[in-house]
Amino acid sequence: MDLITHLYAVYGSVLNFMGINALLALSLYVTLSSGLLSLGNAAFAGIGGYVAGILTTKLGAPYLVSLGAGTLAAGLAGMLLGLPVLRLRGVFLAMATLAFGEVVRIAALNLEITGGAMGLIGLPVKTNTWIIYLALAAAAYLVARMARSRLGWALTSIREDETAAAAMGVNLTLTKTIAFTLGAGLAGLAGALYAHLNFLITPGEFGFSVAVNLLMYNIVGGYRVWYGPLLGAALLTALPELLRALGVTAGPLRLGINGLILLLVILFLPKGLADLFHRRGDPATAPAQAAPAKG
Amino acid sequence: MLLEFQVVSRNFGGVRALDEVSFRVEEGQIHGLIGPNGAGKTTLLNALSGLMPPSGGAVLLRGKPIQGLPPHRVAALGVARTFQNIRLFETMTCLENVLAGQHLVARRPLWPRLLMLPSHRREEALWREKAMAVLELVGLRERAEVPANSLSYGERRRLEIARALASEPRLLLLDEPVAGMRAESIAKVAEVARKLAAGGMTILLIEHNMNFVMGLCDRITVLNFGRTITTGLPKEVSCHPEVVEAYLGAEVCLA
Repeated sequence: MDLITHLYAVYGSVLNFMGINALLALSLYVTLSSGLLSLGNAAFAGIGGYVAGILTTKLGAPYLVSLGAGTLAAGLAGMLLGLPVLRLRGVFLAMATLAFGEVVRIAALNLEITGGAMGLIGLPVKTNTWIIYLALAAAAYLVARMARSRLGWALTSIREDETAAAAMGVNLTLTKTIAFTLGAGLAGLAGALYAHLNFLITPGEFGFSVAVNLLMYNIVGGYRVWYGPLLGAALLTALPELLRALGVTAGPLRLGINGLILLLVILFLPKGLADLFHRRGDPATAPAQAAPAKG
Repeated sequence: MLLEFQVVSRNFGGVRALDEVSFRVEEGQIHGLIGPNGAGKTTLLNALSGLMPPSGGAVLLRGKPIQGLPPHRVAALGVARTFQNIRLFETMTCLENVLAGQHLVARRPLWPRLLMLPSHRREEALWREKAMAVLELVGLRERAEVPANSLSYGERRRLEIARALASEPRLLLLDEPVAGMRAESIAKVAEVARKLAAGGMTILLIEHNMNFVMGLCDRITVLNFGRTITTGLPKEVSCHPEVVEAYLGAEVCLA
Protein backbone atom coordinates (compact mmCIF):
# COMPACT_ATOMS: atom_id res chain seq x y z
CA MET A 1 0.00 0.00 0.00
CA ASP A 2 2.87 2.31 0.81
CA LEU A 3 4.32 1.69 -2.60
CA ILE A 4 1.08 2.63 -4.28
CA THR A 5 0.81 5.80 -2.21
CA HIS A 6 4.37 6.65 -3.08
CA LEU A 7 3.89 6.00 -6.79
CA TYR A 8 0.73 8.07 -6.79
CA ALA A 9 2.53 10.94 -5.11
CA VAL A 10 5.12 10.87 -7.89
CA TYR A 11 3.01 9.95 -10.90
CA GLY A 12 -0.45 11.08 -9.83
CA SER A 13 -0.37 14.17 -11.99
CA VAL A 14 0.71 12.16 -15.04
CA LEU A 15 -2.19 9.82 -14.36
CA ASN A 16 -4.56 12.80 -14.21
CA PHE A 17 -3.26 14.20 -17.47
CA MET A 18 -3.56 10.81 -19.12
CA GLY A 19 -7.23 10.68 -18.13
CA ILE A 20 -8.01 14.20 -19.27
CA ASN A 21 -6.14 13.78 -22.54
CA ALA A 22 -7.93 10.49 -23.11
CA LEU A 23 -11.26 12.23 -22.63
CA LEU A 24 -10.21 14.96 -25.05
CA ALA A 25 -9.03 12.37 -27.57
CA LEU A 26 -12.38 10.59 -27.22
CA SER A 27 -14.19 13.85 -27.91
CA LEU A 28 -12.31 14.18 -31.18
CA TYR A 29 -12.98 10.51 -31.94
CA VAL A 30 -16.73 11.18 -31.89
CA THR A 31 -16.25 13.93 -34.45
CA LEU A 32 -13.86 11.86 -36.56
CA SER A 33 -16.17 8.85 -36.53
CA SER A 34 -18.46 10.68 -38.93
CA GLY A 35 -15.51 11.62 -41.13
CA LEU A 36 -15.29 15.21 -39.89
CA LEU A 37 -11.76 16.48 -39.35
CA SER A 38 -12.03 19.07 -36.60
CA LEU A 39 -9.20 21.07 -35.07
CA GLY A 40 -11.64 22.89 -32.82
CA ASN A 41 -11.84 20.48 -29.91
CA ALA A 42 -9.07 22.17 -27.95
CA ALA A 43 -11.07 25.39 -28.19
CA PHE A 44 -14.22 23.62 -27.03
CA ALA A 45 -12.24 22.36 -24.06
CA GLY A 46 -11.23 25.97 -23.47
CA ILE A 47 -14.83 27.10 -23.57
CA GLY A 48 -15.79 24.37 -21.12
CA GLY A 49 -12.86 25.21 -18.88
CA TYR A 50 -13.44 28.95 -18.81
CA VAL A 51 -17.21 28.71 -18.38
CA ALA A 52 -16.81 26.24 -15.53
CA GLY A 53 -13.98 28.23 -14.00
CA ILE A 54 -15.83 31.55 -14.17
CA LEU A 55 -18.90 29.97 -12.61
CA THR A 56 -16.98 28.58 -9.63
CA THR A 57 -14.75 31.58 -9.04
CA LYS A 58 -17.01 34.50 -9.86
CA LEU A 59 -20.45 33.10 -9.05
CA GLY A 60 -19.52 30.54 -6.45
CA ALA A 61 -21.31 27.74 -8.27
CA PRO A 62 -20.85 24.21 -6.94
CA TYR A 63 -18.20 22.12 -8.70
CA LEU A 64 -20.58 19.63 -10.30
CA VAL A 65 -22.85 22.40 -11.58
CA SER A 66 -19.82 24.04 -13.16
CA LEU A 67 -18.82 20.77 -14.83
CA GLY A 68 -22.31 20.42 -16.28
CA ALA A 69 -22.41 24.03 -17.41
CA GLY A 70 -18.99 23.78 -19.04
CA THR A 71 -20.08 20.66 -20.92
CA LEU A 72 -23.32 22.25 -22.09
CA ALA A 73 -21.70 25.54 -23.06
CA ALA A 74 -19.10 23.78 -25.19
CA GLY A 75 -21.79 21.56 -26.74
CA LEU A 76 -23.87 24.60 -27.58
CA ALA A 77 -20.84 26.35 -29.08
CA GLY A 78 -20.22 23.20 -31.12
CA MET A 79 -23.76 23.20 -32.40
CA LEU A 80 -23.66 26.89 -33.32
CA LEU A 81 -20.31 26.52 -35.05
CA GLY A 82 -21.46 23.32 -36.72
CA LEU A 83 -24.46 24.85 -38.45
CA PRO A 84 -22.41 27.03 -40.80
CA VAL A 85 -19.16 25.06 -41.10
CA LEU A 86 -20.41 21.48 -41.44
CA ARG A 87 -21.13 21.96 -45.10
CA LEU A 88 -17.37 22.20 -45.57
CA ARG A 89 -15.46 19.01 -46.22
CA GLY A 90 -12.06 17.62 -45.34
CA VAL A 91 -9.29 20.13 -45.09
CA PHE A 92 -11.65 23.11 -45.41
CA LEU A 93 -13.53 22.07 -42.31
CA ALA A 94 -10.19 21.60 -40.55
CA MET A 95 -9.21 25.15 -41.49
CA ALA A 96 -12.52 26.64 -40.35
CA THR A 97 -12.33 24.88 -36.99
CA LEU A 98 -8.69 25.90 -36.65
CA ALA A 99 -9.69 29.52 -37.19
CA PHE A 100 -12.44 29.11 -34.61
CA GLY A 101 -9.84 27.79 -32.17
CA GLU A 102 -7.72 30.89 -32.67
CA VAL A 103 -10.76 33.13 -32.17
CA VAL A 104 -11.49 31.44 -28.85
CA ARG A 105 -7.86 31.63 -27.72
CA ILE A 106 -7.52 35.30 -28.64
CA ALA A 107 -10.86 36.11 -27.02
CA ALA A 108 -9.70 34.46 -23.80
CA LEU A 109 -6.47 36.41 -24.08
CA ASN A 110 -8.23 39.78 -24.32
CA LEU A 111 -11.43 39.50 -22.33
CA GLU A 112 -11.50 40.76 -18.79
CA ILE A 113 -13.73 38.03 -17.44
CA THR A 114 -11.27 35.33 -18.51
CA GLY A 115 -8.37 37.07 -16.84
CA GLY A 116 -6.53 37.84 -20.08
CA ALA A 117 -3.01 36.57 -20.61
CA MET A 118 -2.56 35.99 -16.88
CA GLY A 119 -5.32 33.45 -17.02
CA LEU A 120 -8.16 32.69 -14.71
CA ILE A 121 -6.71 32.34 -11.24
CA GLY A 122 -7.85 31.16 -7.85
CA LEU A 123 -9.76 28.13 -9.09
CA PRO A 124 -10.68 25.66 -6.36
CA VAL A 125 -8.83 22.38 -6.80
CA LYS A 126 -11.73 19.94 -6.84
CA THR A 127 -10.90 17.56 -9.65
CA ASN A 128 -9.14 14.39 -8.57
CA THR A 129 -8.08 11.17 -10.22
CA TRP A 130 -11.30 9.36 -9.33
CA ILE A 131 -13.52 11.98 -10.85
CA ILE A 132 -11.45 12.14 -14.02
CA TYR A 133 -11.56 8.40 -14.55
CA LEU A 134 -15.21 8.18 -13.63
CA ALA A 135 -16.00 10.79 -16.28
CA LEU A 136 -13.74 9.02 -18.77
CA ALA A 137 -15.37 5.65 -18.10
CA ALA A 138 -18.85 7.10 -18.50
CA ALA A 139 -17.92 8.86 -21.74
CA ALA A 140 -16.17 5.78 -23.13
CA TYR A 141 -19.16 3.63 -22.24
CA LEU A 142 -21.51 6.02 -24.00
CA VAL A 143 -19.35 6.17 -27.11
CA ALA A 144 -18.81 2.39 -27.19
CA ARG A 145 -22.53 1.66 -26.80
CA MET A 146 -23.40 4.24 -29.40
CA ALA A 147 -21.46 2.42 -32.12
CA ARG A 148 -24.18 -0.06 -33.00
CA SER A 149 -27.12 2.23 -32.32
CA ARG A 150 -28.94 3.91 -35.17
CA LEU A 151 -26.83 7.03 -34.70
CA GLY A 152 -23.60 5.01 -34.64
CA TRP A 153 -24.38 3.24 -37.92
CA ALA A 154 -25.33 6.57 -39.49
CA LEU A 155 -22.04 8.15 -38.39
CA THR A 156 -19.97 5.30 -39.79
CA SER A 157 -21.96 5.32 -43.02
CA ILE A 158 -21.25 9.02 -43.48
CA ARG A 159 -17.56 8.46 -42.81
CA GLU A 160 -17.44 5.68 -45.41
CA ASP A 161 -19.49 7.34 -48.15
CA GLU A 162 -21.57 10.44 -47.65
CA THR A 163 -23.54 10.18 -50.89
CA ALA A 164 -24.45 6.55 -50.35
CA ALA A 165 -25.41 7.30 -46.75
CA ALA A 166 -27.74 10.11 -47.83
CA ALA A 167 -29.30 7.92 -50.51
CA MET A 168 -30.15 5.26 -47.94
CA GLY A 169 -31.89 7.79 -45.73
CA VAL A 170 -29.26 9.28 -43.42
CA ASN A 171 -29.93 12.94 -42.68
CA LEU A 172 -26.42 14.28 -43.21
CA THR A 173 -26.81 17.71 -41.63
CA LEU A 174 -28.56 16.40 -38.53
CA THR A 175 -26.22 13.47 -37.97
CA LYS A 176 -23.07 15.53 -38.46
CA THR A 177 -24.35 18.25 -36.17
CA ILE A 178 -25.06 15.68 -33.47
CA ALA A 179 -21.54 14.26 -33.80
CA PHE A 180 -19.98 17.70 -33.71
CA THR A 181 -22.08 18.79 -30.73
CA LEU A 182 -21.42 15.62 -28.77
CA GLY A 183 -17.68 15.88 -29.48
CA ALA A 184 -17.66 19.51 -28.40
CA GLY A 185 -19.57 18.67 -25.22
CA LEU A 186 -17.12 15.94 -24.23
CA ALA A 187 -14.23 18.31 -24.92
CA GLY A 188 -15.97 20.89 -22.73
CA LEU A 189 -16.27 18.36 -19.91
CA ALA A 190 -12.56 17.58 -20.18
CA GLY A 191 -11.81 21.31 -20.11
CA ALA A 192 -14.02 21.85 -17.07
CA LEU A 193 -12.30 19.00 -15.24
CA TYR A 194 -8.92 20.38 -16.22
CA ALA A 195 -9.80 23.87 -14.99
CA HIS A 196 -10.31 22.56 -11.47
CA LEU A 197 -7.16 20.47 -11.45
CA ASN A 198 -4.79 23.36 -10.77
CA PHE A 199 -5.22 26.87 -9.47
CA LEU A 200 -5.32 28.51 -12.85
CA ILE A 201 -5.97 28.12 -16.56
CA THR A 202 -4.42 30.22 -19.30
CA PRO A 203 -5.44 30.72 -22.94
CA GLY A 204 -2.30 28.99 -24.24
CA GLU A 205 -3.38 25.69 -22.71
CA PHE A 206 -6.19 25.35 -25.26
CA GLY A 207 -4.25 26.41 -28.34
CA PHE A 208 -3.33 24.94 -31.70
CA SER A 209 -0.71 22.52 -30.40
CA VAL A 210 -3.30 20.86 -28.16
CA ALA A 211 -5.65 20.48 -31.12
CA VAL A 212 -2.89 18.77 -33.07
CA ASN A 213 -2.03 16.54 -30.11
CA LEU A 214 -5.62 15.32 -29.99
CA LEU A 215 -5.37 14.37 -33.63
CA MET A 216 -2.11 12.55 -32.92
CA TYR A 217 -3.69 10.55 -30.10
CA ASN A 218 -6.38 9.40 -32.51
CA ILE A 219 -3.97 8.52 -35.30
CA VAL A 220 -1.53 6.69 -33.05
CA GLY A 221 -4.24 4.90 -31.10
CA GLY A 222 -6.56 4.39 -34.06
CA TYR A 223 -9.89 6.06 -34.72
CA ARG A 224 -11.89 3.07 -35.88
CA VAL A 225 -12.78 1.81 -32.41
CA TRP A 226 -13.58 3.74 -29.26
CA TYR A 227 -10.56 2.59 -27.23
CA GLY A 228 -8.07 3.63 -29.91
CA PRO A 229 -7.92 7.30 -28.85
CA LEU A 230 -7.64 6.22 -25.20
CA LEU A 231 -4.60 4.10 -26.01
CA GLY A 232 -3.04 6.87 -28.05
CA ALA A 233 -3.62 9.50 -25.37
CA ALA A 234 -2.36 7.26 -22.58
CA LEU A 235 0.80 6.30 -24.44
CA LEU A 236 1.75 9.74 -25.72
CA THR A 237 0.98 11.44 -22.40
CA ALA A 238 3.00 8.92 -20.42
CA LEU A 239 5.81 8.91 -22.96
CA PRO A 240 7.83 11.81 -21.49
CA GLU A 241 7.84 10.07 -18.11
CA LEU A 242 8.77 6.74 -19.68
CA LEU A 243 11.59 8.43 -21.56
CA ARG A 244 12.78 10.17 -18.41
CA ALA A 245 13.06 6.74 -16.81
CA LEU A 246 15.24 5.75 -19.76
CA GLY A 247 17.39 8.80 -19.24
CA VAL A 248 16.05 10.99 -22.05
CA THR A 249 15.22 14.40 -20.65
CA ALA A 250 13.19 17.16 -22.21
CA GLY A 251 14.42 18.58 -25.46
CA PRO A 252 14.35 18.05 -29.18
CA LEU A 253 15.05 14.34 -28.80
CA ARG A 254 11.72 13.78 -27.04
CA LEU A 255 9.75 15.54 -29.77
CA GLY A 256 11.72 13.51 -32.26
CA ILE A 257 10.65 10.29 -30.59
CA ASN A 258 7.03 11.46 -30.65
CA GLY A 259 7.37 12.06 -34.37
CA LEU A 260 9.05 8.71 -34.90
CA ILE A 261 6.21 6.87 -33.15
CA LEU A 262 3.67 8.70 -35.29
CA LEU A 263 5.59 7.79 -38.42
CA LEU A 264 5.96 4.12 -37.48
CA VAL A 265 2.28 3.82 -36.64
CA ILE A 266 1.22 5.40 -39.94
CA LEU A 267 3.55 3.11 -41.86
CA PHE A 268 2.96 -0.19 -40.10
CA LEU A 269 -0.33 0.16 -38.24
CA PRO A 270 -2.51 2.45 -40.36
CA LYS A 271 -5.49 1.58 -38.17
CA GLY A 272 -3.54 2.56 -35.05
CA LEU A 273 -2.45 0.68 -31.95
CA ALA A 274 -6.01 -0.46 -31.36
CA ASP A 275 -5.60 -2.69 -34.40
CA LEU A 276 -3.22 -4.89 -32.38
CA PHE A 277 -6.11 -5.75 -30.07
CA HIS A 278 -8.90 -5.51 -32.58
CA ARG A 279 -7.38 -7.64 -35.30
CA ARG A 280 -8.38 -11.09 -34.10
CA GLY A 281 -12.05 -10.37 -33.60
CA ASP A 282 -12.48 -8.05 -36.53
CA PRO A 283 -13.64 -9.64 -39.75
CA ALA A 284 -12.48 -6.59 -41.67
CA THR A 285 -8.87 -7.64 -41.18
CA ALA A 286 -9.32 -11.39 -40.65
CA PRO A 287 -7.90 -13.90 -43.15
CA ALA A 288 -11.26 -14.00 -44.91
CA GLN A 289 -9.58 -11.69 -47.41
CA ALA A 290 -7.71 -14.68 -48.75
CA ALA A 291 -10.93 -16.43 -49.77
CA PRO A 292 -11.17 -16.79 -53.55
CA ALA A 293 -13.16 -14.14 -55.34
CA LYS A 294 -15.93 -15.21 -57.62
CA GLY A 295 -18.56 -13.34 -59.38
CA MET B 1 -49.17 4.58 -61.21
CA LEU B 2 -46.27 4.86 -58.80
CA LEU B 3 -43.92 7.31 -60.41
CA GLU B 4 -44.30 9.99 -63.01
CA PHE B 5 -41.81 12.34 -64.60
CA GLN B 6 -43.46 15.49 -65.94
CA VAL B 7 -41.41 17.59 -68.37
CA VAL B 8 -38.31 17.18 -66.18
CA SER B 9 -35.35 19.29 -67.28
CA ARG B 10 -31.85 19.73 -65.99
CA ASN B 11 -29.24 22.17 -67.23
CA PHE B 12 -25.52 22.05 -66.63
CA GLY B 13 -24.42 25.51 -67.67
CA GLY B 14 -25.42 25.71 -71.30
CA VAL B 15 -25.86 21.95 -71.67
CA ARG B 16 -29.40 20.64 -71.47
CA ALA B 17 -28.83 17.19 -69.95
CA LEU B 18 -32.54 16.53 -69.50
CA ASP B 19 -34.97 18.17 -71.87
CA GLU B 20 -38.61 17.87 -70.83
CA VAL B 21 -38.50 14.19 -70.00
CA SER B 22 -41.93 12.71 -69.36
CA PHE B 23 -42.96 9.13 -68.69
CA ARG B 24 -44.71 6.97 -66.12
CA VAL B 25 -43.63 3.94 -64.17
CA GLU B 26 -46.38 1.54 -63.10
CA GLU B 27 -46.40 -0.12 -59.71
CA GLY B 28 -44.87 -3.61 -59.55
CA GLN B 29 -43.24 -3.35 -62.96
CA ILE B 30 -39.64 -3.55 -64.01
CA HIS B 31 -39.05 -0.44 -66.04
CA GLY B 32 -35.93 -0.08 -68.16
CA LEU B 33 -34.23 3.18 -69.03
CA ILE B 34 -31.93 2.92 -72.02
CA GLY B 35 -30.12 5.18 -74.44
CA PRO B 36 -26.64 6.10 -75.66
CA ASN B 37 -23.97 7.39 -73.28
CA GLY B 38 -24.69 10.95 -72.26
CA ALA B 39 -28.40 10.59 -72.94
CA GLY B 40 -29.17 11.72 -69.38
CA LYS B 41 -30.15 8.40 -67.79
CA THR B 42 -28.08 8.78 -64.63
CA THR B 43 -28.98 12.47 -64.42
CA LEU B 44 -32.62 11.43 -64.37
CA LEU B 45 -32.02 8.96 -61.52
CA ASN B 46 -30.12 11.66 -59.63
CA ALA B 47 -32.98 14.08 -60.16
CA LEU B 48 -35.37 11.49 -58.81
CA SER B 49 -33.31 10.46 -55.77
CA GLY B 50 -32.58 14.06 -54.77
CA LEU B 51 -28.83 14.06 -55.38
CA MET B 52 -29.20 16.65 -58.11
CA PRO B 53 -32.56 18.41 -58.22
CA PRO B 54 -34.08 19.05 -61.65
CA SER B 55 -34.01 22.61 -63.02
CA GLY B 56 -37.59 22.31 -64.17
CA GLY B 57 -40.58 20.01 -64.27
CA ALA B 58 -42.00 17.70 -61.64
CA VAL B 59 -41.29 14.23 -60.29
CA LEU B 60 -44.39 12.67 -58.77
CA LEU B 61 -44.29 9.72 -56.42
CA ARG B 62 -47.81 8.38 -55.89
CA GLY B 63 -49.04 11.73 -57.19
CA LYS B 64 -47.01 13.83 -54.76
CA PRO B 65 -44.20 16.07 -56.02
CA ILE B 66 -40.81 15.05 -54.66
CA GLN B 67 -38.46 17.09 -56.84
CA GLY B 68 -36.12 19.23 -54.78
CA LEU B 69 -36.37 17.09 -51.65
CA PRO B 70 -32.99 16.19 -50.12
CA PRO B 71 -31.86 12.56 -50.72
CA HIS B 72 -32.69 11.32 -47.23
CA ARG B 73 -36.27 12.57 -47.52
CA VAL B 74 -36.70 10.81 -50.86
CA ALA B 75 -35.24 7.65 -49.36
CA ALA B 76 -37.70 7.89 -46.47
CA LEU B 77 -40.53 7.76 -49.01
CA GLY B 78 -39.41 4.27 -49.96
CA VAL B 79 -36.93 4.92 -52.75
CA ALA B 80 -33.58 3.10 -52.67
CA ARG B 81 -30.83 3.12 -55.25
CA THR B 82 -27.50 1.81 -56.39
CA PHE B 83 -24.80 3.77 -58.18
CA GLN B 84 -23.16 3.38 -61.56
CA ASN B 85 -19.72 3.72 -59.95
CA ILE B 86 -20.44 1.37 -57.04
CA ARG B 87 -20.49 3.16 -53.66
CA LEU B 88 -20.01 0.60 -50.92
CA PHE B 89 -18.87 1.13 -47.34
CA GLU B 90 -15.49 -0.32 -48.22
CA THR B 91 -14.01 -1.14 -44.82
CA MET B 92 -17.20 -2.76 -43.58
CA THR B 93 -18.09 -6.40 -44.14
CA CYS B 94 -20.97 -7.42 -46.41
CA LEU B 95 -23.17 -7.98 -43.39
CA GLU B 96 -22.27 -4.59 -41.92
CA ASN B 97 -23.03 -2.87 -45.21
CA VAL B 98 -26.52 -4.35 -45.15
CA LEU B 99 -26.98 -3.60 -41.43
CA ALA B 100 -26.04 0.02 -42.11
CA GLY B 101 -28.51 0.00 -45.00
CA GLN B 102 -31.33 -0.73 -42.54
CA HIS B 103 -31.08 2.84 -41.28
CA LEU B 104 -34.64 3.77 -42.22
CA VAL B 105 -36.32 0.65 -40.87
CA ALA B 106 -34.27 -0.33 -37.81
CA ARG B 107 -34.81 1.91 -34.77
CA ARG B 108 -31.82 0.70 -32.74
CA PRO B 109 -32.43 3.11 -29.84
CA LEU B 110 -29.51 4.11 -27.64
CA TRP B 111 -31.12 3.86 -24.18
CA PRO B 112 -31.66 0.09 -24.02
CA ARG B 113 -28.05 -0.28 -25.09
CA LEU B 114 -26.79 1.99 -22.34
CA LEU B 115 -28.89 0.14 -19.77
CA MET B 116 -28.01 -3.25 -21.31
CA LEU B 117 -31.66 -4.23 -21.50
CA PRO B 118 -32.31 -7.61 -23.13
CA SER B 119 -34.61 -6.00 -25.68
CA HIS B 120 -31.73 -4.62 -27.70
CA ARG B 121 -30.18 -8.08 -28.08
CA ARG B 122 -33.44 -9.40 -29.48
CA GLU B 123 -33.58 -6.42 -31.82
CA GLU B 124 -29.97 -6.95 -32.93
CA ALA B 125 -30.69 -10.61 -33.65
CA LEU B 126 -33.82 -9.73 -35.62
CA TRP B 127 -32.07 -7.23 -37.87
CA ARG B 128 -29.09 -9.46 -38.33
CA GLU B 129 -31.40 -12.22 -39.47
CA LYS B 130 -33.12 -9.85 -41.91
CA ALA B 131 -29.74 -8.74 -43.23
CA MET B 132 -28.67 -12.33 -43.75
CA ALA B 133 -31.91 -13.01 -45.64
CA VAL B 134 -31.15 -10.12 -48.00
CA LEU B 135 -27.60 -11.39 -48.52
CA GLU B 136 -29.04 -14.83 -49.23
CA LEU B 137 -31.34 -13.31 -51.84
CA VAL B 138 -28.45 -11.82 -53.80
CA GLY B 139 -26.29 -14.89 -53.26
CA LEU B 140 -23.80 -13.42 -50.81
CA ARG B 141 -24.72 -15.28 -47.64
CA GLU B 142 -21.44 -17.16 -47.51
CA ARG B 143 -19.55 -13.90 -47.95
CA ALA B 144 -21.26 -12.13 -45.04
CA GLU B 145 -18.09 -11.65 -43.01
CA VAL B 146 -15.90 -10.60 -45.93
CA PRO B 147 -15.05 -6.90 -46.16
CA ALA B 148 -16.61 -5.13 -49.12
CA ASN B 149 -13.25 -4.08 -50.56
CA SER B 150 -12.16 -7.65 -51.13
CA LEU B 151 -15.20 -8.74 -53.11
CA SER B 152 -15.11 -9.41 -56.83
CA TYR B 153 -16.71 -6.89 -59.15
CA GLY B 154 -19.93 -8.82 -59.64
CA GLU B 155 -20.24 -9.44 -55.92
CA ARG B 156 -19.78 -5.75 -55.25
CA ARG B 157 -22.67 -4.87 -57.51
CA ARG B 158 -24.85 -7.47 -55.84
CA LEU B 159 -23.87 -6.23 -52.37
CA GLU B 160 -24.91 -2.74 -53.34
CA ILE B 161 -28.29 -4.08 -54.38
CA ALA B 162 -28.51 -5.91 -51.05
CA ARG B 163 -27.76 -2.72 -49.14
CA ALA B 164 -30.46 -0.88 -51.09
CA LEU B 165 -32.94 -3.67 -50.36
CA ALA B 166 -32.14 -3.50 -46.64
CA SER B 167 -34.23 -0.34 -46.33
CA GLU B 168 -37.26 -2.30 -47.64
CA PRO B 169 -38.00 0.15 -50.47
CA ARG B 170 -41.13 0.29 -52.63
CA LEU B 171 -39.17 1.67 -55.56
CA LEU B 172 -35.70 0.39 -56.37
CA LEU B 173 -33.42 2.31 -58.72
CA LEU B 174 -30.57 0.35 -60.27
CA ASP B 175 -27.89 2.19 -62.25
CA GLU B 176 -26.28 -0.38 -64.55
CA PRO B 177 -26.76 -3.35 -62.22
CA VAL B 178 -25.02 -5.87 -64.49
CA ALA B 179 -22.35 -3.72 -66.14
CA GLY B 180 -19.15 -5.71 -66.46
CA MET B 181 -20.63 -8.85 -64.93
CA ARG B 182 -20.23 -12.43 -66.06
CA ALA B 183 -23.17 -14.37 -67.46
CA GLU B 184 -23.96 -16.36 -64.28
CA SER B 185 -24.01 -13.19 -62.21
CA ILE B 186 -26.24 -11.46 -64.74
CA ALA B 187 -28.70 -14.32 -64.59
CA LYS B 188 -28.62 -14.09 -60.80
CA VAL B 189 -29.42 -10.36 -60.82
CA ALA B 190 -32.26 -10.91 -63.31
CA GLU B 191 -33.67 -13.64 -61.09
CA VAL B 192 -33.48 -11.35 -58.03
CA ALA B 193 -35.20 -8.52 -59.91
CA ARG B 194 -38.02 -10.82 -61.04
CA LYS B 195 -38.49 -12.11 -57.51
CA LEU B 196 -38.69 -8.57 -56.13
CA ALA B 197 -41.13 -7.41 -58.79
CA ALA B 198 -43.28 -10.48 -58.15
CA GLY B 199 -43.36 -9.39 -54.52
CA GLY B 200 -44.77 -6.01 -55.56
CA MET B 201 -41.62 -3.89 -55.71
CA THR B 202 -41.22 -1.45 -58.57
CA ILE B 203 -37.83 -1.34 -60.26
CA LEU B 204 -36.45 1.37 -62.49
CA LEU B 205 -33.16 0.33 -64.03
CA ILE B 206 -30.55 1.71 -66.38
CA GLU B 207 -28.62 -0.85 -68.38
CA HIS B 208 -26.71 -1.19 -71.61
CA ASN B 209 -26.89 -4.98 -71.76
CA MET B 210 -29.76 -5.39 -74.23
CA ASN B 211 -30.34 -9.10 -73.65
CA PHE B 212 -30.80 -8.34 -69.98
CA VAL B 213 -33.05 -5.34 -70.55
CA MET B 214 -35.23 -6.87 -73.27
CA GLY B 215 -35.63 -10.14 -71.39
CA LEU B 216 -36.41 -8.58 -68.02
CA CYS B 217 -38.25 -5.31 -68.40
CA ASP B 218 -42.02 -4.91 -68.64
CA ARG B 219 -41.63 -1.48 -70.16
CA ILE B 220 -38.75 0.51 -71.51
CA THR B 221 -38.13 4.22 -71.92
CA VAL B 222 -35.51 5.38 -74.40
CA LEU B 223 -33.62 8.63 -73.89
CA ASN B 224 -31.41 10.42 -76.39
CA PHE B 225 -29.78 13.81 -75.89
CA GLY B 226 -31.89 14.33 -72.79
CA ARG B 227 -35.18 13.74 -74.60
CA THR B 228 -37.63 10.87 -74.31
CA ILE B 229 -37.78 9.11 -77.66
CA THR B 230 -40.40 6.59 -76.66
CA THR B 231 -41.81 4.45 -73.88
CA GLY B 232 -43.27 1.05 -74.58
CA LEU B 233 -43.03 -2.72 -74.47
CA PRO B 234 -39.58 -4.19 -75.24
CA LYS B 235 -40.65 -5.42 -78.67
CA GLU B 236 -42.18 -2.04 -79.60
CA VAL B 237 -39.18 -0.11 -78.41
CA SER B 238 -36.62 -2.37 -80.02
CA CYS B 239 -38.10 -1.83 -83.48
CA HIS B 240 -38.95 1.84 -83.09
CA PRO B 241 -37.23 3.56 -86.03
CA GLU B 242 -35.77 6.42 -83.98
CA VAL B 243 -34.44 3.99 -81.36
CA VAL B 244 -32.87 1.84 -84.03
CA GLU B 245 -31.34 4.97 -85.51
CA ALA B 246 -30.08 6.51 -82.29
CA TYR B 247 -28.99 3.53 -80.27
CA LEU B 248 -29.78 -0.07 -81.01
CA GLY B 249 -29.22 -0.73 -84.68
CA ALA B 250 -31.56 -2.99 -86.62
CA GLU B 251 -30.47 -6.40 -85.31
CA VAL B 252 -32.01 -6.06 -81.82
CA CYS B 253 -35.57 -5.74 -83.12
CA LEU B 254 -37.65 -8.43 -81.39
CA ALA B 255 -40.74 -8.25 -83.57
